[in-house]
Amino acid sequence: MKINVRQREGVTILDLKGKITIGVGDVALRDAIHQALAAGAQKLLINLGGVTTIDSSGVGELVSSYTTVTNRGGRLKLADLPPKVADILQITQLITVFDVYEDEDEALQQF
Amino acid sequence: MPAEPTPFHLTIGSRFENIELVHAVLSDALSAFDLDEESRHWIDLAVREAVANAIKHGNRLEPNKRVEIDLEMDDEELIVRVRDEGEGFDPGDLNDPLAPENRLRPNGRGIFYMKSFMDDIQYRFRPGEGTEVTLRKRLGGENDLDRSGAETLIDPADPSDR
Repeated sequence: MKINVRQREGVTILDLKGKITIGVGDVALRDAIHQALAAGAQKLLINLGGVTTIDSSGVGELVSSYTTVTNRGGRLKLADLPPKVADILQITQLITVFDVYEDEDEALQQF
Repeated sequence: MPAEPTPFHLTIGSRFENIELVHAVLSDALSAFDLDEESRHWIDLAVREAVANAIKHGNRLEPNKRVEIDLEMDDEELIVRVRDEGEGFDPGDLNDPLAPENRLRPNGRGIFYMKSFMDDIQYRFRPGEGTEVTLRKRLGGENDLDRSGAETLIDPADPSDR
C-alpha cells in the first residue's frame, strides 16, 4: 500500500492506495497516523478512494486510528470509500461509527 | 459440458507476505470459472482471512510452521481447506464483533467476515494435527453478502481476536 500525506485547509489528508491488509498495509497506516499525530495534526482525513482490498486487520487499523486520534482530542474522518470498502465496514456495523463522506471536499467542510 | 473437478494444493511458510502467493494462485484457479469480479473478491478475502488466522493464531508467526491450502471446485461448489499446525481454540470464546462493547476493538472480525463472504465454514481440531477450516461457496448462485454473521459449526488458544 502507498500512502501520500498532504495538507489542505488545515487538515492532514492521507491518500491510501492499494491493499490495507495484514502485515503490510495495516502497519503502514498505523505508522502514518502516528507520524501525523507526532507532527501535531488534530484534523485528519483518510481518503480511501485508491484502496483495492481491505481485510479485517485493515479494518482494525482504521478503528485503532479512529480511537487513537479521538483519544488525543483530534478528529478523524473518512472519504471516498470504494463500494467494497463500504460493504466491509457495513457488515460489521462500523459505517456509522466513522464519520464517512462522499468525497474530500464534503469532508473538509465538516471539520 | 461440466468442468472437471479441479484439485489444488499449496504449502506456505507462516509469513504474511505468502498470503499474496495464495491470492495469485487462487485468482488463477478461479479464472477458469464464470464468476463475476465481486464474487472473486469476496472469496479471495475469505481465504485471506483463513490463511492469516492460520499464520498468526495457529502457527504463532513461526515461519517454519506450515500452512496447507487445498482447493477443490466443480461447476457447483468451491471448497477451500486451510490447515495449520496450531493447537486449536475454543469457539465459545469468540467475541461478537457487533456487540456494542466490541465495536471499537481493533480485532476479532476475521471469522465473522469469513462467515459473511462464504456459504459455510467449519472448523475441525485434531490433537497433534493442527486446526483445519473448511470454507464452502456455492458457485453460480446469488452473490449478495450475508450481513447476519450466520451460525457456523466450530470444533475446539485465545480465539477472541480471530
